[in-house]
Amino acid sequence: MKEILRLCFVLTIIAAVSAGVLAFVNQQTEKPIGKSHLDEKMSAVRSVLPPFDNEPDRDTVKIKEDGAGTTLFYRGRKDGAITGVAFAAVAPNGYSGEIEIMIGVDTEGIVWGIEVLKHLETPGLGSKIETSDFRDQFKGKSLSDPEQWEVMKDGGVFKQITGATISSRAVTFAVAQSLEFFRKHSSRILEIEEPSKEADRVPVKEQKE
Amino acid sequence: MNAWKEFTKGFWSENPIFRLVLGICPTLAVTTTAENGIGMGLASTFVLVCSNTVIAMIRNFIPKKIRIPAFIVIIATFVTIVDLVMEGYFFALHKSLGLFIPLIVVNCIILGRAEAFASKNGVFISMIDGIGMGFGFTISLVLIGAIREILGNGSIFNVPILGSSYLPLLLMILPPGAFIVLGILLGLMNKAEICLAERAGRTPLIRKEHDCANCTIHRAWFGLGGGGE
Repeated sequence: MKEILRLCFVLTIIAAVSAGVLAFVNQQTEKPIGKSHLDEKMSAVRSVLPPFDNEPDRDTVKIKEDGAGTTLFYRGRKDGAITGVAFAAVAPNGYSGEIEIMIGVDTEGIVWGIEVLKHLETPGLGSKIETSDFRDQFKGKSLSDPEQWEVMKDGGVFKQITGATISSRAVTFAVAQSLEFFRKHSSRILEIEEPSKEADRVPVKEQKE
Repeated sequence: MNAWKEFTKGFWSENPIFRLVLGICPTLAVTTTAENGIGMGLASTFVLVCSNTVIAMIRNFIPKKIRIPAFIVIIATFVTIVDLVMEGYFFALHKSLGLFIPLIVVNCIILGRAEAFASKNGVFISMIDGIGMGFGFTISLVLIGAIREILGNGSIFNVPILGSSYLPLLLMILPPGAFIVLGILLGLMNKAEICLAERAGRTPLIRKEHDCANCTIHRAWFGLGGGGE
């Protein structure tokens, strides 16, 4: 009995010291970690938006959809007029887990760029969705021809990554779905006046198609 | 104590991957590129040196019966520290290695060194052991990663070297490639060791015939007085 108590005591001390050290490190790194994540997100927003001169992180709009949660749209403006929006989307069907991407579209629903924010794909294979060779294929594409939103293997126009068709397919579908989502809510996303700043009211082109 | 000997043994005579065959899970998982090999190797080296040092420091304080859980707690603490610090200050590296960092906890080589070395030796020599083993581990990972990257992607350290006409042997980047490369390298290392030993007139570290009771792992874990409960 006495020995058991001693073993418990020693192990408790070791665990307590470890917990203390980890609490300290966690506290010290909390801010840098939050900043790195935010920096990454904002640099993705900047790289996918059409030309803009405002601060998209201060000009956002939330769209809530039943069952899909809330999506945050970062709006880019030039001379006060909205040039496009950037928003994050999740491809649920990657090769191993979800793929999070950032998509930038202009007011017409044409893709200006995509960035991969987070993924768990196979390093060296599926991870190639991060390369610009793959991502740049989406530039200039829109939903005008829904038939082509497939990878080549499935009869579409997007070249899949060799050995990573599942990852390529997941990203392609996620972009297509996001465009669909944008089209559905575009009037709300583009029309609302800038809330925080004074910004002069500029008529925004109505989405058609 | 011969510090130099403890340092160099990790490279050849007790190389963690090719001699002790420990830490194979991260070895197979991360070695798709040479760069990943370096990152994983250095992160493991850091954890190994820290855990070896701390465990050697408090080795007389830990009762034998609970030494394994105590070691695991200490190792897990350092792994979490590496994970947090890397995420906060080396975000790009964390993005490519983040998946594998938690794997270091279950890397046998770290628990293996804690058990077979740090719990029986002084602080300084345990630190040297950690550095040597860590570097041996890193070099092995880079070697496997480089071979797989060259054959499977036609590049090394992300620099294309085989030209665009080279059709990548994808199998090498996929999991089977890890087993194939590791197996061939292990065989070559054993062959080289036998040749070297014959030339030098000493007994080879490995025997030509298969004998589990005399393999390095068996001797390290059971033969030297450790364990045995």
